[in-house]
Amino acid sequence: MSMLTLENLKAGSRLEKVLARGEFALTAELGPPKSADASLIAAKAKILAGSIDAANITDNQTAIVRMSSIAAGLLAMQEGIEPIIQITCRDRNRIAIQSDVLGAYALGVRNILCLTGDHQKFGNHPTAKNVFDMDSVQLIGMLACMRDQKKFACGDEIRNSKKAPVVEPRILIGGAENPFGDPLEFRAIRVAKKVAAGVDFIQTQCIYDMERFEEFMRRVRDRGLHEKVKILAGVTPLKSVGMAKYMRDSVAGLSVPDSIIDRLEKAADKPAEGIRICIEQIQKLREIPGVAGVHIMAIEWEEKVPEIVRGAGLWPRPLVE
Amino acid sequence: MITAVRKPFAEIAGMLAGREKVLLLGCGTCTTVCMAGGEKEVGILASTLRLASRKEGRTVRIDEATIERQCDREFYETVRGRVAEADVVLSMACGVGVQFCGEVFPDTVVFPALNTKFYGATVAQGVWAERCSGCGSCVIADFGGVCPVTRCSKSLLNGPCGGSQNGKCEVDPQSIDCGWQLIYDRMKTLGQLEKLEAVTPLKDWSTGRFGGPGKIVKEDALP
Repeated sequence: MSMLTLENLKAGSRLEKVLARGEFALTAELGPPKSADASLIAAKAKILAGSIDAANITDNQTAIVRMSSIAAGLLAMQEGIEPIIQITCRDRNRIAIQSDVLGAYALGVRNILCLTGDHQKFGNHPTAKNVFDMDSVQLIGMLACMRDQKKFACGDEIRNSKKAPVVEPRILIGGAENPFGDPLEFRAIRVAKKVAAGVDFIQTQCIYDMERFEEFMRRVRDRGLHEKVKILAGVTPLKSVGMAKYMRDSVAGLSVPDSIIDRLEKAADKPAEGIRICIEQIQKLREIPGVAGVHIMAIEWEEKVPEIVRGAGLWPRPLVE
Repeated sequence: MITAVRKPFAEIAGMLAGREKVLLLGCGTCTTVCMAGGEKEVGILASTLRLASRKEGRTVRIDEATIERQCDREFYETVRGRVAEADVVLSMACGVGVQFCGEVFPDTVVFPALNTKFYGATVAQGVWAERCSGCGSCVIADFGGVCPVTRCSKSLLNGPCGGSQNGKCEVDPQSIDCGWQLIYDRMKTLGQLEKLEAVTPLKDWSTGRFGGPGKIVKEDALP
């Protein structure tokens, strides 16, 4: 696997160019609405435009039905946001996913993030059947095969007929990793497997426990993986003490150190303190070797992203062609 | 074995509404072992049904029998006459037995008394847990003898998702172990961790349920 270069772009997305130039990349999250209301996407996109390089468009996150990530991504594009379409393995098999990738590319999508997907038990249709025809590593491999070998997972060439030209989806391929999931030793192995499968960038679960993240990054560097994949560290600003405790107690694979909860408890203006903590975290993350950018997941708090980006000294964003 | 649990009594009573001659047919193999549909459970359900019908002032004849296996034709011969006398057979076998009973006696109504659950093992007295999904192409040699298809809630083949915490699966941390923690621990014990670094390619699911109803024909066993 080779690192991204400007001379040999894989997808030509803005995100790829920013990463290839070695700029510190910035992504955020844009959750589609739980309705058919397109105006909500436009409103969120207007807030984020100009402050980030690309936005993840989530795919029915936490297994709650929302507008399709590809449709929402197209709406976001119309507002000047470059989308990173999230695709999970929970709801679609290899036939549906490849079909969606062709469609997304045809609509102008150039970045896709490959995820396993939250179990349906956590969503609003817990009695649904899941799919899991493949896992996220295999999904990455399938997209890399489509782009680089110009073939479907079955081996067929990506062309409409024997005489038609091969038109493959040229997508920048993302993956995720939770440095706080167990077993810790397996986390870097999973990154290695994703690299072997063809991933271009990795976004991590939101980080509060900086020590454990540094331990994770040491293991990643020991394997030389930071030279093969761009790692964007995840952050989520905390709005309140309640949210911090919820993240600590109810989100599997997340630990929030007491020092952060203490700071929020003592602060008079808790949301402002949450933003300050987030900015400090970004500054610390920038210093960690192998961290190529940050991914800001401001959950239902998108309006704070521009403030965080400016506060962290990451504005204006680099101009790319 | 195939494991099962008895349906709620109200559901069974609802199925039998209006029936006057019921044969409760137990199975002497899997559902006996998992204490859901053997001779003993047949007796308990029969008594409960008799009590309930008496309470309603109805006279329902409840007959009881248990055969060795409901998934083999030969064992039904001993109960042929009693099946003929019944309005309905309430089978206490797994879903295989219930259907096969209906195939052996095509003119007889056969209802299930159990909900069939999974292929499992007796992990402690009174506790059964799933171990196999019958995918038709066993991969456990690559995973330290632990099946990722069955033991991982998402059937992941390339490692744990982010929901693995302290050896438990986020889907139900009280009762589900993380299948990948089990695989990891076993491979570590066996000194084969490096095997887990290989990317497992897409699985062929056509060998199991997804290829349609399965059938095995063993040529040398044919009559």
